[in-house]
Amino acid sequence: MKRFVYINDESYQNDYCDNRISNTKYTLLNFLPKNLWEQFRRFMNQYFLLIACLQLWSLITPVNPASTWGPLIFIFAVSATKEAWDDYNRYISDKQANEKEVWIVKNGTRKHIQAQDIRVGNIVWIRENEEVPCDLVLIGTSDSQGICHVETAALDGEIDLKTRVIPSTCVGLDCEQLHKIKGVIECPNPDKDIRRLDANIRLFPPFIDNDICPLTISNTLLQSCYLRNTEWACGVAVYTGNETKLGMSRGVPEPKLTAMDAMIDKLTGAIFLFQIAVVLVLGSAGNVWKDTEARKQWYVKYDDDEPWYQICVIPLRFELLCSIMIPISIKVSLDFVKSLYAKFIDWDEEMYDHETDTPAHAANTAISEDLGQVEYILTDKTGTLTENKMIFRRCCIGGTFYGNESGDALRDVELLNAVANSSPHVIKFLTVMTLCNTVIPIKSSSGAILYKAQSQDEDALVNAASNLHMVLVNKNGNNAEIHFNGRVVQYEILDILEFTSDRKRMSVVVLDCESGKIFLLSKGADEAIIPCAYSGQRIKTFVDAVDKYAQLGLRTLCLGWRELETEEYLEWSRSFKEANSALVDREWKVAEVCQKLEHSLEILGVSAIEDRLQVGVPETIEILRQSGINFWMLTGDKQSTAIQIALLCNLISSEPKGQLLYINGRTEDEVVRSLERVLLTMRITTSEPKELAFVVDGCALEIILSRYNEAFTELAVLSKTAICCRVTPSQKAQLVKLLKSCDYRTLAIGDGGNDVRMIQQADIGVGISGREGLQAARAADYSIGKFRFLKRLILVHGRYSYNRTAFLSQYSFYKSFFSFLSGIAGTSLFNSVSLMAYNVFYTSIPVLTTVLDKDLSEKTVMQNPEILLYCQAGRLLNPSTFAGWFGRSLYHALVVFLITIHAYANEKSEMEELSMVALSGSICLQAFVVTLEMNSLTFVQFLAIWGNFMAFYIINFFISSIPSAGMYTIMFRLCRQLTYWVTLLLISGVGMGPVLALKYFRYTYKPSAINILQKAERSFGPMYTLVNLESQLRSDMENTNISFSTTPVKNKASVYEPLLSDSPISSRRTLAASSFDIFQPAQSRNTSSYPRNIKAN
Amino acid sequence: MGLISWAQINIPPPREACGPSKPIGPRKRVPLRPCTTCNRRIVRLVGFSLSLFHSPSLSAFLHRPPFPDAAHHRSLTSSSPSPWIWVAAMDPLESEVDSRKSNNKPRYSKFTQQELPACKPLLTPGIVISAFLLIGVIFVPIGLASLSASQEIVELVDRYDANCVPASDKVEFIQNSDTDKTCTRTLTVPKHMKSPIQIYYQIGDFYQNHRRYVKSRSDKQLRYKNAVHLTKDCDPEGNTIDGAPIVPCGLIAWSMFNDTYTISVNKKAINVNKKDIAWKSDKTSKFGSDIYPSNFQKGSLIGGAKLNESIPLSEQEDLIVWMRTAALPTFRKLYGRIETDIMANDQVTVVIQNNYNTYSFGGSKALVLSTTSWIGGKNSFIGVAYLTIGGLCIFLAVGFVVLLYMVKPSSSCCFCLIFYEFTDP
Repeated sequence: MKRFVYINDESYQNDYCDNRISNTKYTLLNFLPKNLWEQFRRFMNQYFLLIACLQLWSLITPVNPASTWGPLIFIFAVSATKEAWDDYNRYISDKQANEKEVWIVKNGTRKHIQAQDIRVGNIVWIRENEEVPCDLVLIGTSDSQGICHVETAALDGEIDLKTRVIPSTCVGLDCEQLHKIKGVIECPNPDKDIRRLDANIRLFPPFIDNDICPLTISNTLLQSCYLRNTEWACGVAVYTGNETKLGMSRGVPEPKLTAMDAMIDKLTGAIFLFQIAVVLVLGSAGNVWKDTEARKQWYVKYDDDEPWYQICVIPLRFELLCSIMIPISIKVSLDFVKSLYAKFIDWDEEMYDHETDTPAHAANTAISEDLGQVEYILTDKTGTLTENKMIFRRCCIGGTFYGNESGDALRDVELLNAVANSSPHVIKFLTVMTLCNTVIPIKSSSGAILYKAQSQDEDALVNAASNLHMVLVNKNGNNAEIHFNGRVVQYEILDILEFTSDRKRMSVVVLDCESGKIFLLSKGADEAIIPCAYSGQRIKTFVDAVDKYAQLGLRTLCLGWRELETEEYLEWSRSFKEANSALVDREWKVAEVCQKLEHSLEILGVSAIEDRLQVGVPETIEILRQSGINFWMLTGDKQSTAIQIALLCNLISSEPKGQLLYINGRTEDEVVRSLERVLLTMRITTSEPKELAFVVDGCALEIILSRYNEAFTELAVLSKTAICCRVTPSQKAQLVKLLKSCDYRTLAIGDGGNDVRMIQQADIGVGISGREGLQAARAADYSIGKFRFLKRLILVHGRYSYNRTAFLSQYSFYKSFFSFLSGIAGTSLFNSVSLMAYNVFYTSIPVLTTVLDKDLSEKTVMQNPEILLYCQAGRLLNPSTFAGWFGRSLYHALVVFLITIHAYANEKSEMEELSMVALSGSICLQAFVVTLEMNSLTFVQFLAIWGNFMAFYIINFFISSIPSAGMYTIMFRLCRQLTYWVTLLLISGVGMGPVLALKYFRYTYKPSAINILQKAERSFGPMYTLVNLESQLRSDMENTNISFSTTPVKNKASVYEPLLSDSPISSRRTLAASSFDIFQPAQSRNTSSYPRNIKAN
Repeated sequence: MGLISWAQINIPPPREACGPSKPIGPRKRVPLRPCTTCNRRIVRLVGFSLSLFHSPSLSAFLHRPPFPDAAHHRSLTSSSPSPWIWVAAMDPLESEVDSRKSNNKPRYSKFTQQELPACKPLLTPGIVISAFLLIGVIFVPIGLASLSASQEIVELVDRYDANCVPASDKVEFIQNSDTDKTCTRTLTVPKHMKSPIQIYYQIGDFYQNHRRYVKSRSDKQLRYKNAVHLTKDCDPEGNTIDGAPIVPCGLIAWSMFNDTYTISVNKKAINVNKKDIAWKSDKTSKFGSDIYPSNFQKGSLIGGAKLNESIPLSEQEDLIVWMRTAALPTFRKLYGRIETDIMANDQVTVVIQNNYNTYSFGGSKALVLSTTSWIGGKNSFIGVAYLTIGGLCIFLAVGFVVLLYMVKPSSSCCFCLIFYEFTDP
């Protein structure tokens, strides 16, 4: 399956799609059917539709059909409107992208067209800082070497610049030739792999010969990337529209259904089955009764010859009567409270990020309670856990430590003095910082100098140097201009000894234009630089410094320097050029030549760079892990960096407590072997209180996910923590899917375009509206400003939402059951109007105030995050709690019914009066039930519950004074009777007494964790002891902390690798376990003490 | 825009401006004009109006603290024709910056932050025990009172359906219009019965709440003269065979009770008052005084009582009583009242015209004589229920106290306790 793209050939008609991007879900035509279809996928909606249709048959309906159709249509209209609005916004943003003007070549000249009109085979021209409109194969750039730089953040989340080169056959073509170029590109059918392209290009004569030239991903410009640092580039469109790599990896977001919704649906289904049984039994019994007994009742006067359909009248009537068991009001009230939960999230001041002026936002209003049931959090690293800002923090120059007191070397007075005094050591150090890199300075229009670096570390170093008055002003070809203390120094860069992951260092050879001296400047990982020190140099201070910095979690680099003799350089330079032009084993040869030069260095010092974590990340992760949530870190970054960050943010623990297991290998065999080994270790150690985590990288994951899914699933279930590095966006989504298939609630959090798929795939997607743009935040269900708000989002908002919805939905079922049971007992105890009013008004409004209910204060929850387990395990809404509510409704129905018919027996058994007594009894009981079930009563709740009770009387007084109404004068008559009030009191007493007693019993003798915390929170005595316990626990942890950090560290993790390295060999050196000792995270001992699968409840 | 609080504006309005002599002027929008000496904006307010709100740009700067040197503006006040002038320092740039800095910040309110003050009830033993005690203490007296009220009522019930039919085939007997259905019953009064004594008829196993039955009526027809033809709901007793509307239509009216009672005490006939046995509201608002029965009980099947066609519906009290359908299959309806006392051991003789057919469906019929009290008829259910519940509550309260001493609640706050539920299988 291949596609052949004929370059710039208008005569050739291809039937590939045009470049119209479409993210919309609906079109104008299919909106209504598709939307309805989607809404009717929920069983509850189907059920309501069925009932509403049945009600159209006036013979069987006990109530006005409008009472069901009205709310039904309203509900559907609201959600359809919302969908339509969202889709319209998507359409608008698509339209903007589609109508963007781009340059393409047509008939040999450049023309402006809209992005959507690009066809496969067109040559597209892009200027600097423009977005690439479709997937292109690069054929020309402004650079003479055929290089251009792209930023791929939107695609894979890596914000460093990547180099792209034109294929070798196209080298040296000028603009004119590029306009006329013809050829064919043979490429595979569209796929979503953004790291791979196996294609060929062949140019037609007159352009060179017709040799086939292979293309790789480094010859492409992919859609949504930005062209940087390159004046222009042009390429041939090979994939367009939704067939681009980005478009293929963009999944259609499925409408999300919360666990709670699923449970409610399940319960509805069960009730429906129950109804069918009732209908069949009672319906046929009714038919039999009618044929035998009712015919004797002459006053009912049945016809002898009835139409055939009469036989199903009674069963259908029963069905309609039963239909009030499933409350339609539940949908209305749930939608209402859910949108209020979302509003509470929007309104929350504590989730407002001052720095970026972003409040939290809940885009999806329907899934708040799922936040409280999260079991897995899959997090991106860059920009999510870290701030993605490298900052030069400390250094050790010539044995002197700077920045130790303040934690910021740039403010260290001693260092500033040393710079001012031009201390030779410091000057050398700064020179290496400034020159030993591949940074490109760019002068902005305002005169400020911006640095474009491929590696964030280099960026940090150059910026730090410029803050210390050594400013790299200009780099013109091989000439570098530096301003130091007002002096201009010129250097010529002679050679660059590039970084490779094997060498772990880079060097430059520079010529000081003033003195004519040649220097070798080197920087690299400590183990790569320190052995190169000239014999006799005291290196102990530097080793100590590296140790010390590594313990603090800083990324260390050693800087060295050597003056070269001219002859030595010239000689070396020759062999270097030779090696560079070697055709075989070039890399190895170059490395060997470099080795020859990089020796006898004078070690200048050690720099320490901080890849700062966002504020509050370790604490947030710790609290969330305490609450039983498992963390997986999915990152496109390198393994070592990922592990480093994981350590820093409490994700994994060091050796005595935790163990890191590696799954790697290049071939399938290796991968399988290591997977099996890891799995075995996991199985063995599950009983030990040891925290195991596994690390897997993208290549291995690819193999595993395609063939060894089952083993990996088992591993996923066993492991609480995992680090997946170098994973692609679609792999992230696959991992989410895998966890979802194990029936876990997943939350994905990320900030970049590469996280979008994962965010859409997860049960809950959280986007951080951060540095990498708003793509993730837009696709997400929730967007927050900083990672640390996640704990509040889950523990406070998620938990409250879950608790509230659990109560609300069960209560809705309870009251409907109740009305059904008391209704069926008296055949039609309530008339249709009061029944409707009961359902949608009297009993729905009080319970809506449950949105204000708080079982525990936010502070208590934050102090005892373990309480979230309650929600995760679904303790508050499951069949057994549901059965409890069902039992209660049965009991209350019996109470109301029996007391009413006995108190209002004989001469008082007038229908209107009796039903009003029963109704007021029910409403009174409901008010008591809601009051009792509320954990905290604000005046709003009080007003809604008891004000509603008063409103019931006021409304009924009003109706009772209308002569034409059926219940004319009834309420007045009742209120004058002492018996009425006595009966009401009796109903409340009998109804609530046992409920109260039971609740008290459970509360006192078998309290739940929530009850204990409630007690602790509200009576100050025990709270004190609790706090004591807490602080004791804390101090214990601190002690262990200190003891850990004082243990000597053998193998420090100094990392120096520019992020852009196309060789995936990277450093897969086994991080010796002892390196985990830095920053022993203060893990709670609770996390490991309870079994993970609390699901079985 | 921000809110304006009076406290923030330091210059009090001159007193004389508020004098009654000055009429309150119309709200006028006053343009802003800079003060010549300090270049601050001067606002002139005409009358005691909140014209501040009319110029939105003002509300922003009124947030600012009062400026220190407003003295020179006072001079303006005297020369100005308007009652008073407010001057405020203004720095539009700065205030805009302030608002821009955190314009996305959510507004604080106790509601939005879910921080409304709340009472958090806790089921402590003290509260629960005293609640139960309280219920007990309230319920027992009520129970005693209702029980005694119920005991005071004297009630005579005489079921006559079986005894008043001599024939073995009861249905045939009752359906035969030629048989003599007179039946005499004699009752002895056990206790003094104070007037008014209510006479009820009680029917058992009669489903007045049957769906088909209860719907078969036309309220409009009963009330309004021009709605005589509205008999749609009355099927199958809506119209006669030739299509004329039946008044009153429907199964309920058609099946009206038609036994009659003649009562004498100690062989002396007494008057049974059949006035005012129906609800007054029904007579005035539900049944029309200008509607007369027509075509009633003229069909092939005759249900129950016939109506006097010269009396309007609003006066047909037996019908009105019957049309108030009962919710339960056994019910009593008022037949009339005896307005003299009946002594203990008096012989009450009732001559019954036993016309109504309860025999087809096996229902019962009874005659009830009863005095009344606040609780209505004789009904010991409420009293017994109250006493039982009250007693139980007191028992529970005592039981809880005892239990509290015997079994210590496990609530002593232990941190690990929180997790026992999870570790428990």
